[in-house]
Amino acid sequence: MRIPVKAVGAATALLLSAPAFAGWEPTKPVEIVVAAGAGGASDQMARMMQAAIQKNNLMKQPMVVSLKGGASGAEALMYMKSSEGDPNKVLIAYSLIYMLPLSAKIPFNWRELTPVSVIALDQFVLWDNSAGPKTVKEFVDAAKAASSPFKMGGTGSKREDHVLTVFLEQKTGAKFSYLPYKSGGEAATQLVGNHTEANVNNPSENLEVWRAGQVRPLCVFDKERISYTSKVTDTQSWADIPTCKEQGVDVQYLMLRAMFLPGKVTAEQQAFYVELFHKVTQTAEYKDYMEKQALKPIFLTGKDMVQFLEEDDATNKALMTEAGFVAK
Amino acid sequence: MEALGLLLHGFAVLLTGKTLVLMMVGLVLGIFVGVLPGLGGPNGVAILLPLTFTMDPTSAIVMLSCIYWGALFGGAITSILFNIPGEAWSVATTFDGYPMAQQGRAAEALTAAFTSSFVGSLVAVLLITFLAPMISSFALKFGPPEFFAVYLLTFCSFVGLGREAKHKTVISMSLGLLLAGVGMDTVSGNLRMTFGSADLLRGINFLVAVIGLFGISEILLTMEERLALRGHAASISLRVVLGVWKDLPKYWVTLLRSSFIGCWLGITPGGAIAASFMGYNLAKRFAKEPESFGKGRIEGVFAPETAAHASGTSALLPMLALGIPGSGTAAILLGGLMVWGLNPGPLLFVEHKDFVWGLIASMYLGNVVGLVLVLTTVPIFASILRVPFAAVAPMIVVSCAIGAYAIQNAMFDIWLMLGFGIVGYVFKKIGIPLAPFTLALVLGNRAEDAFRLSMIGSGGNLGVFWSNGLVGSITTLAIVLLFWPVIDGLLARVGWTTRTRATSP
Repeated sequence: MRIPVKAVGAATALLLSAPAFAGWEPTKPVEIVVAAGAGGASDQMARMMQAAIQKNNLMKQPMVVSLKGGASGAEALMYMKSSEGDPNKVLIAYSLIYMLPLSAKIPFNWRELTPVSVIALDQFVLWDNSAGPKTVKEFVDAAKAASSPFKMGGTGSKREDHVLTVFLEQKTGAKFSYLPYKSGGEAATQLVGNHTEANVNNPSENLEVWRAGQVRPLCVFDKERISYTSKVTDTQSWADIPTCKEQGVDVQYLMLRAMFLPGKVTAEQQAFYVELFHKVTQTAEYKDYMEKQALKPIFLTGKDMVQFLEEDDATNKALMTEAGFVAK
Repeated sequence: MEALGLLLHGFAVLLTGKTLVLMMVGLVLGIFVGVLPGLGGPNGVAILLPLTFTMDPTSAIVMLSCIYWGALFGGAITSILFNIPGEAWSVATTFDGYPMAQQGRAAEALTAAFTSSFVGSLVAVLLITFLAPMISSFALKFGPPEFFAVYLLTFCSFVGLGREAKHKTVISMSLGLLLAGVGMDTVSGNLRMTFGSADLLRGINFLVAVIGLFGISEILLTMEERLALRGHAASISLRVVLGVWKDLPKYWVTLLRSSFIGCWLGITPGGAIAASFMGYNLAKRFAKEPESFGKGRIEGVFAPETAAHASGTSALLPMLALGIPGSGTAAILLGGLMVWGLNPGPLLFVEHKDFVWGLIASMYLGNVVGLVLVLTTVPIFASILRVPFAAVAPMIVVSCAIGAYAIQNAMFDIWLMLGFGIVGYVFKKIGIPLAPFTLALVLGNRAEDAFRLSMIGSGGNLGVFWSNGLVGSITTLAIVLLFWPVIDGLLARVGWTTRTRATSP
């Protein structure tokens, strides 16, 4: 397994490094800013890109991961905002760029940053303990019949997980107590330890406990099933998880993973990073990571990206408003 | 016995020239980052992580974990010599370590710190080796009520067992809790006490506060009293080391108690800090002359260091087995594991035996090599005290500032550190203890979150803290400790006496 991966990586590197481009290049180590804690999905992705760039020599300067997860990620947003004109900082963003300004009134607008590219879409799955109900229907019935509301674990308050929980309540009529933990990892172990009845973690956050047979995926919040068909556990692959819609609960949500530079950088600098992350998406490390963590591959840049962001922003705003999470 | 076989296999994996060299390099780098206040383990490991990308996973993790061990050892050095804790859990070491250094017993204190670190880690590694599968299932029993009960126990043991005036402890703790609330509240998702400032969004960083409270305030006090570091030239020789070791058996109860507390709290996330404080307080409580603590008692170094390292080491267990990092450094190591495609979780022990047992074997080796390394370098570190204060003080202030800045790359934190320096100075002048303040600052948030999550889960019923044997006994113990002075008095009245009373004439 190791040799082919390395060989592919080396080959890609060779191909990609061939056309030497004459534009701008970083002169200092590049900081990749993570708006979440250590070990979370964003951090894992940043480290994957750091390794992919270093192993394939995609950039002369080293890349360092800088964790700015304070204040539920608001720290990273403010840090990017205050770094105007600095081309040595890249933010790895997710839906918090729409949600935090709404829920906590953080003075931040993603339009003030320079968009580079959307590099992936992350899924959400409804999970329960492997000793719990086996299907969405059984789960919903059990939740309705329970004397005290089922506990739903998630990351942070008034964010993706919380929004999904509210919509799950609306569509099923069941009631949940939402418990906001500090990270998806914590939400995963709390489910395994039976301290909560369910969570709506990203695939990567529950992958290991699923493989250990401690949790069960009930359904995925997307229009279609996840495309990866190689076995993850002894019996199941990501593609075997039904969509929530198939199971009669029409709730859909996908989360962007996108790269941004601070505001007021030059077009040349922006072009360098568009090229860099395009190369990253071609590496074996990236492809391997996407499959393992069940992410949806996508690469958007320029006008396409801005259009995507505007639409995504509108969707998120509508969801947040409907859930009642927008601060007055 | 299977564990033993696997462990021997682990040693076989490690005992190659290359790995041993990496181990030494890692330890030296670790001690170096540990000595610089604020730089500490997490930053050191984070900076050096990319260096290891090209290595194979086992070599890489051995080197990184040796940086971690080195930083753990190194953290004690500044605590003892300059009253500046390098890591959060070194705070309790300053209580008696620094007075010892002032009395010219720096070498003795350093030897005691290193030796007890070694003992604590060793007990924890033995525990990991033989009880790994059992302990990971114990850690899973911890939900919000259990976490809250443990934090409550730590707070209560501070109030009930502390020797300082109770009201001053409570004042200090309340101020800490207040400041811990600054920033984003995870449970409601709202901002608190930020007053529109972007710098206050992320809250008050514990290490920034500690560097100011302990380091800067100490410099201010020294300047006021006389322009000299109060430590005297520390002469260290093999005799001092052997002298401390000879007395070691006398303190077996303290060592054992602290190791136990450390291991127990280490496997619950964030436990190392609580462990060091609790180890110190209990040692003080059960000592024959509790009033001599805080004035340079060697037991006051043994107790917190043993507990901190037992828990620092056992904190790696939940990281490997569950993917929950028990400390900041463990969190960075966790990130490292993922880069090499090793996903911490229940299956790691099954699917990557070579790696896991190689790591555990490296804990044994790294500790032994680390102990020898730090002991031989003690003279160099202790000799810093011989340099005139006028030359050392600016260097300490500068390295404090660098440390405070490096934590979050924020200029604001340097001002915050200076502010805390003044607060620390005032507290020391009016006799308010600093320890409860720092404890509340670091655990306040987690305790609050745990409490509120418990309340959401139980629908507001306080009975949840007695809902099962585990949480019930911890909560009850916490309340007993809180009212310990009262209970102790009542027991004495009905003819029961505790050890402390029995020995006083």
